[in-house]
Amino acid sequence: MKSKSLKINKSARSVIVTVGMILIAYIVCQILIATGNMSNLLQNLLVSMCYYSIMAVSLNLTVGILGQLSLGHAGFMCIGAFTGAIFSKCTVNSIENTFIRLTLALLIGAVAAGLFGIVIGIVVLRLRGDYLAIVTLAFGEIIKNVLNVLYIGYDSKGLHFSMKDAISLNLEEGGTVLVKGAQGISGTPRDATFTVGVVLLLITYLIIVNLVNSRSGRAIMAIRDNHIAAESVGINITKYKILAFSISAALAGVAGVLYSHNIATVQSSKFGYNLSIMILVFVVLGGMGNLRGSIIAAVLLTLLPEYLRFLSDYRMLIYAVILIVMMLYNWSPACVAWRNKFSPKILLNKFSGAMLKKSKEV
Amino acid sequence: MEMLKVKNLSISFGGLHAVDSFSITVNKGELYGLIGPNGAGKTTVFNLLTGVYKPDMGQIFLDGKNITGLSPVEINKAGIARTFQNIRLFRNLSVLDNVKIGLHNHYKYPTIAGILRLPSYFKTEKRMNEKAYEILEVFGLDKEADNLAANLPYGKQRKLEIARALATNPKLLLLDEPAAGMNPAETEELMETITLIRKKYDVTILLIEHDMKLVAGICEKIFVLNFGTELANGRPQEVLNNPEVIKAYLGA
Amino acid sequence: MNFLTHLLNGISLGSIYSIIALGYTMVYGIAKMLNFAHGDVIMVGGFIIFTMMSTLGLNPFLSVLIAMILCTLLGVTIERIAYKPLRKAPSLAVLITAIGVSYLLQNLALLIYGAEAKSFTSVIPIKALTLLDGRLSISGETLVTIPICIIIMTVLNTFVRKSKTGRGMIAVSEDKEAAVLMGVNVNKTIAITFAIGSAIAAIGSALMFSAYSKLSPTSGAMPGIKAFVAAVFGGIGSIPGAMIGGILLGVIEILSRAYISTQLGDAIVFLILIIVLLVKPTGILGKKIQEKV
Repeated sequence: MKSKSLKINKSARSVIVTVGMILIAYIVCQILIATGNMSNLLQNLLVSMCYYSIMAVSLNLTVGILGQLSLGHAGFMCIGAFTGAIFSKCTVNSIENTFIRLTLALLIGAVAAGLFGIVIGIVVLRLRGDYLAIVTLAFGEIIKNVLNVLYIGYDSKGLHFSMKDAISLNLEEGGTVLVKGAQGISGTPRDATFTVGVVLLLITYLIIVNLVNSRSGRAIMAIRDNHIAAESVGINITKYKILAFSISAALAGVAGVLYSHNIATVQSSKFGYNLSIMILVFVVLGGMGNLRGSIIAAVLLTLLPEYLRFLSDYRMLIYAVILIVMMLYNWSPACVAWRNKFSPKILLNKFSGAMLKKSKEV
Repeated sequence: MEMLKVKNLSISFGGLHAVDSFSITVNKGELYGLIGPNGAGKTTVFNLLTGVYKPDMGQIFLDGKNITGLSPVEINKAGIARTFQNIRLFRNLSVLDNVKIGLHNHYKYPTIAGILRLPSYFKTEKRMNEKAYEILEVFGLDKEADNLAANLPYGKQRKLEIARALATNPKLLLLDEPAAGMNPAETEELMETITLIRKKYDVTILLIEHDMKLVAGICEKIFVLNFGTELANGRPQEVLNNPEVIKAYLGA
Repeated sequence: MNFLTHLLNGISLGSIYSIIALGYTMVYGIAKMLNFAHGDVIMVGGFIIFTMMSTLGLNPFLSVLIAMILCTLLGVTIERIAYKPLRKAPSLAVLITAIGVSYLLQNLALLIYGAEAKSFTSVIPIKALTLLDGRLSISGETLVTIPICIIIMTVLNTFVRKSKTGRGMIAVSEDKEAAVLMGVNVNKTIAITFAIGSAIAAIGSALMFSAYSKLSPTSGAMPGIKAFVAAVFGGIGSIPGAMIGGILLGVIEILSRAYISTQLGDAIVFLILIIVLLVKPTGILGKKIQEKV
């Protein structure tokens, strides 16, 4: 039974390390800000590092843990951003407590995105991987396109919707237009701070890592590793696929709420294929299934472009190359052989084996 | 007492009658061998029994219950577990986790309890760990509990697959060529393990094998399948000396 | 614009989808992977023709020929560098790599040509045909596209059934290990598959951009996805299926845009994909392949 407690400690240790890293980074940043040592440039990036990290970790749940390639993750962020922003704008006067209002906005954004995740999941998750990728891509684009022509207004009679223009909302005097089609939503209260972002990141990370290290997590990973074997031991494939997919979507929604409460204007055009690919790059670079890696990759790849401005034209190109190179590095037989030759473990074995041999001879 | 009763099971793929009017009765606690030349349809029979394929004709009864046409998940819950001809382990999970997945339907707690780390999570995981270690010890795999399944040597991978199947607490265990790729010493060990689990877990076993030493050594009854249909069925001495059986294996 | 015009436009668009779908369906059937980058090879073909004609002033046929050669080289190179090393890798890895290649092509084109759409001069010298007292107008592009599609399909189908290489392709698509044992050179077969698909894609590109003259780095993505939907619709892995799926999809899309809504045209195409995959995943002409357990 010794091994059992060691195993729980091993995964608990990993979680503590990651949480510790996040907290230390947070504290260091706060110190730098307080002592005036952090540039405005960097300060503006702090919240975005948080929501990109949340996006990466949540996508890793679908891609790395469940093993399904979703190319529409940005769509869920979009839903969360819009629903959260609409709520906050409507209640900015009625709910004065920022904490309560933001928490409610987060919950609404998460639930809305999660519901879309369930609906899309039911349709999509019985498809084979290649088809699933295309269909999630399609859904992401459809969500973006629909919200791009959506107008929502608010007056004493409640909410009004239109797909044409603001005039057809037929608002009364004193009514406000909340969502202006392609121009999106502006004037959302800027409730998202760095502290809020870090707290949400920690919560997201803990939700996912606790899920992975639990009975449901094992079922999800079993489906990834061998779905036929998983069925043969009684795992309900559809249930766990939808569970993983919708939790991933809901957390993307949380990232969206964070985004929309930290920016002047929320436009659906920003949540397209390019964003989904960028998050995928974070996940691939950090290691599929490696949650800590996703966070580190998201932070690095959000920071680096700011310092490597001269490369900004080539950013997407570099992302594309990263995807290809990482896959080849992980899976091409030539790379695997090369890595095995130089892996520290094997070198250590060779070394200690040589020592053992020597001692035997003596 | 009948554990498995199969009546006239048939399936065709295109024009090929893969399994044709297959009938068998396996009594509780028996160790039944299913043999036949390559391509005879043995694994197809297993796939039919476990719901991977739906039969065109015929019925399957497990411990009196009609399980014909049920899904693989429902059939496992009804009490059949299997191993696969080409090992299907969860390669990226540890040896321990592979067995714990087998325990999935027998030790439950809600997902939210896992996420929030409620007491039921700790209690149930502890019991699962104990049960999983107990099973691993039977197979001599407890020292490897934390290793990745993918890193196990071949013989141990086969044993792990059986351990995982056993963890689902089945009434009927289907083993698909468990000794494939094993040397005589490993096969001997496997025979001992199978005999041990028969006693310890009171489980009925239907076993596909090509290794005649194993088949003759531990099977109480043998069913010979050829071209999807029955060629012989009975005690090992009769079946293995049956000239038709010998002809089928050696060609004419 | 009357029904007959829409129908003809639909068949013409569908022919283009069929030609592009061939690349997807052959690669999926033989190399068992979804070549996400195929649509972007179309875009590259378009830019090659555009550059040849406008910058170098070459005549249209020569430009298309050069595009065919260069696209073939591109397709084979991509296969060798990015896909071949991953033949034994899980399909998720290959899919991600394909997306990477697609993204790479798009962004290279973006860097070289900029995001603004270029105006593509049609390679087809034939003028529009007016019939039925001016009520029916058939563009020169349509007049050429539909026959070319039929020719390509027929030639390809014959090639695959009658030639040694073609039969090798069928063998690899049905059972790769058995094909090796039969002496089929799998590497060469797959390379030829990519080559043919890419060459045909260049032709499709010429026809498509001649009809729909806006060319930009993202011009290949959506037609590529729709052509994939067509391939699935007709039965992935089936050459006649690509034709049927393509034509049907083109007609449905044009009629939807005309009689239901222009904006929802794309959404309807995806809706078809979802319905097909849920109801009959093997498509119209596809065969049901049991996963080996």
